[in-house]
Amino acid sequence: MRLDPSVYGDLLLSLLPELVLTGWALVLLLFVAWRHQTVRDLRITGWLTLAALLSTALATWWLWWNRTGVEGLAAMIAVDDFRWVADWVLLGAAALTVLISFSYLEREQLLAPEYYVLLVFATLGMMVMAAGADLMVIFLGLELMSVAVYVLAGFDRRRARSAEAALKYFLLGAFASGFLLYGIALIYGATATTNIGLIGAQVGFMTQPSVMLLVGLALLIVGFGFKIAAVPFHMWAPDVYDGAPTPVTAFMATGVKTAAFAALFRVMIQGFAGVAAWHDILWWLAVVTMIGGNLFALGQRSLKRMLAYSSVAHAGYLLVAVTAGTTTGTSAFLVYVVAYTLMSLGAFAVLAAKGRGGESDVTIDDLAGLAGRRPWLALALAICMLSLLGFPGTAGFIGKWYILIAATSAGQNALAAILVLTSVVSAGYYLPVIMAMYMKPEPIEAAHVDVRLDRWGRTAVAAVVAGLLLFGVWPNRLFQLARSAGDSVQPAATTAATPP
Amino acid sequence: MYARWVLTALLVWPLFAGLIVLLLPARQAKYAALGASLVEFALSVPLWWSFVPATGMQFVADRAWIAGWGIHYTVGVDGISLFLVLLTTFLMPLSILGSWSYITKRERGFYALLLVLTTGMIGVFVALDLFLFYVMWEVMLIPMYFIIGVWGGDNRLYAAIKFFIYTMFGSLLMLVAIIILYLHAGRLTGVYSFGYTHLLGQVALLGPTAWWLFAAFFLAFAIKVPLFPFHTWLPDAHVEAPTAGSVILAGILLKMGTYGFLRFALPFFPAVALSPSVQLVIVILSLIGIIYGGLVAMVQPDFKKLIAYSSVAHLGFVMLGIWALTLQSVQGALLVMINHGISTGALFFLVGMIYERRHSRLIEAYGGIARVVPLFAAILTIVSLSSIALPGTNGFVGEFLVLLGSFRTYPIATGLATTGVIIAAAYLLTALQRVIFNPLTHPENEKLTDLTPRELAVLVPLLVCILWVGIYPKPFLRRMEPSARQLIEQLRPGSTQSQR
Repeated sequence: MRLDPSVYGDLLLSLLPELVLTGWALVLLLFVAWRHQTVRDLRITGWLTLAALLSTALATWWLWWNRTGVEGLAAMIAVDDFRWVADWVLLGAAALTVLISFSYLEREQLLAPEYYVLLVFATLGMMVMAAGADLMVIFLGLELMSVAVYVLAGFDRRRARSAEAALKYFLLGAFASGFLLYGIALIYGATATTNIGLIGAQVGFMTQPSVMLLVGLALLIVGFGFKIAAVPFHMWAPDVYDGAPTPVTAFMATGVKTAAFAALFRVMIQGFAGVAAWHDILWWLAVVTMIGGNLFALGQRSLKRMLAYSSVAHAGYLLVAVTAGTTTGTSAFLVYVVAYTLMSLGAFAVLAAKGRGGESDVTIDDLAGLAGRRPWLALALAICMLSLLGFPGTAGFIGKWYILIAATSAGQNALAAILVLTSVVSAGYYLPVIMAMYMKPEPIEAAHVDVRLDRWGRTAVAAVVAGLLLFGVWPNRLFQLARSAGDSVQPAATTAATPP
Repeated sequence: MYARWVLTALLVWPLFAGLIVLLLPARQAKYAALGASLVEFALSVPLWWSFVPATGMQFVADRAWIAGWGIHYTVGVDGISLFLVLLTTFLMPLSILGSWSYITKRERGFYALLLVLTTGMIGVFVALDLFLFYVMWEVMLIPMYFIIGVWGGDNRLYAAIKFFIYTMFGSLLMLVAIIILYLHAGRLTGVYSFGYTHLLGQVALLGPTAWWLFAAFFLAFAIKVPLFPFHTWLPDAHVEAPTAGSVILAGILLKMGTYGFLRFALPFFPAVALSPSVQLVIVILSLIGIIYGGLVAMVQPDFKKLIAYSSVAHLGFVMLGIWALTLQSVQGALLVMINHGISTGALFFLVGMIYERRHSRLIEAYGGIARVVPLFAAILTIVSLSSIALPGTNGFVGEFLVLLGSFRTYPIATGLATTGVIIAAAYLLTALQRVIFNPLTHPENEKLTDLTPRELAVLVPLLVCILWVGIYPKPFLRRMEPSARQLIEQLRPGSTQSQR
């Protein structure tokens, strides 16, 4: 199906998933205006949210199934496989977050169904980011997402740390948005357009990129670097991840990161393939992020902070895929982000079951003996940890493998070596979790009696584990999908085909 | 018919049986595990007869796995891997039987992990696709990590994580090297495949990259062997592991390193591996291993640690034999690999049995127990003599062939290595004397009970092998010869004829 964005109907059709989700968001908003007192209202809102996410996914699927593409030039919205796959990851992350939120909100007495509405709006913003073929659209999506996530981070308003997290995130996030916007302005100044495809064409004509363009690009990378929590723009991440309610942390670590990376890929590959400078910048950013994230995580005792720093490290691995700058890199990103979303959400879900009052005080040693008391939960967390470590048999390995292939086929052998060496460091903090659960005795009798996931939390964790193992052993379908999606984001100028 | 499914069955059956064991009542776990491992052994025994002493891979099975990347499930054995597979299936039932009274907690988990470990180990030896090889190489880490960490001695957590991180450090760099090889071969031929023979055919044109790739493979295998100075994980892991863990570590896991050299590092990078500087380094490191390992073993107060260091020395002989690359030395190295599995395995079993009675591994805690436990003393004496390489035992045949074969290539080094045999006699005979002869000074030892029928059932098969290989090694050598000859022919064309 070919769509022509200059026709009104076609434009709406290309925006179908976003429109469906917006419609649902408004319905939900209306619903919670009336029903926001009881636990039951909270539950119903949650279910409606799941329905909203599902129907959006179906709309996306329908567009994908019909091989929708655009005709003509320079739309503001991209209609390609990359967008659909990114959307599924984002919707999946949101749905899993909803599943683990049910019992969490009730346990922590966060009885405000607006939580789900914010979640939906944040997801909408992410989808817009993944879809943006124009810097302004990406910025709009980013703001929509950010504002909702700022509120979500501070959702546990009775706890000081949650409020602190929200304020920190907001202040630094506002700064980052400023950087991004200023970068967009400078790029507009240099190329007279904000459309990514047109920027790419303009850059292709330049023999020497102008200083204004380079400064704009640098500011853009700073803005994105903040959202993906790349070192040295990661300072907010541990405190915010630590303070936010755990399901929100999970959502931030997966959804926000995926969306920001999706936009970054599109901007870099489609818009700036002709500018060699960003490869060097991102090369260093990736190296510093991998080393920094892993080393900082090594020093953490709190499980939640450890996971926060580990998500910084994973941003570094993903930056390697960006640095490769090829369609293989884009495919690798999609595969990795599927794995990363699953394993991170799984880990946070188990943490949410263990902790009370924000979970920031759960140390790794507090998990001692969990395997004896809650064998299935411990097994799930162990699989998530192994997957985060990139161990064969899990999806995390497949993702890392793909990134390594992308890096080496782009000639970045040193980067690949640094990636694996920092992965070895990560064993130093993922393994102690397994060690505590399986190899240390329970500190006091019945220390883990109240560690419990409700039915839906269990469903989420089971789905995560099944996904990790399935993609770890049989990733064929995922590869095909990621490959076609990766190929759909091409630089404006033609490029040589890259293996495999 | 048998030829086509046997290796797959050997891989699948233990995994399947491991899951079954997990589901059974804890009391029956050990019986089921023993039964499963005996079935595994029975499956593998016909390999001995149906193996044709000829070059090339036999019992090959090949299936597409991840077709998009040319990853296949390809397995097969030749004269090098055949015996390692048989050694694995032979040692597994003994290890399970030997753990019956030692493992008292979480039995199901223990036996299930042992079975899963079997799959991993056999997978390493039969994999003919480098992706499959890497997956198996890493997968076998996890069960071993748990076996040391959960059922090990007092310092088990440290030993387990050290073992894990050392191995992972080496193998991840190998992963990058594998990917670079894959891309290199793919670019040359247009066929992207991880198949062993495919890659082997394309490695000639690597140029200086070969040095880096060899270094990566070398590191992975040298840590596993372990070659001095990468051996520091070994004493910790061997001493802390439960008996079955030590037996498997010494008997099979160490052989993966030497096997890796024979199968991958040498054939892939002959120019690098046989360059004078690399030869010099490896021969010197092997010599240090032989002499230093022996000297350190001499001063160990702990019997188990003594055996652990003796492994370093024995594996030094293997490395020397492999690098000398004459028919005798390679066959000898292969025999030492098998003998070390049998003799050192038996030694670890014996130490474990006496530890169960007396709860001490210190040599000085014993003395004069020959009169109390004559059967134990007799068997310990025979096994020690075989480990010293007394003529008539298996140890002699292997080490003699290594020394004989290596003398042609490295006369001085071989001369020095011969002192290793004397050192071995010095430390093992002294230890033997202090444990079973000498006056009986500790009254606790007067009540020691002699070997039970179950323990005899573990030891007698090992004794039979010790004598069989010692007296009539021809069936072994005959099956090894074509593959060893082919390997040497590949690396040093024309050298095998002159040796006849």
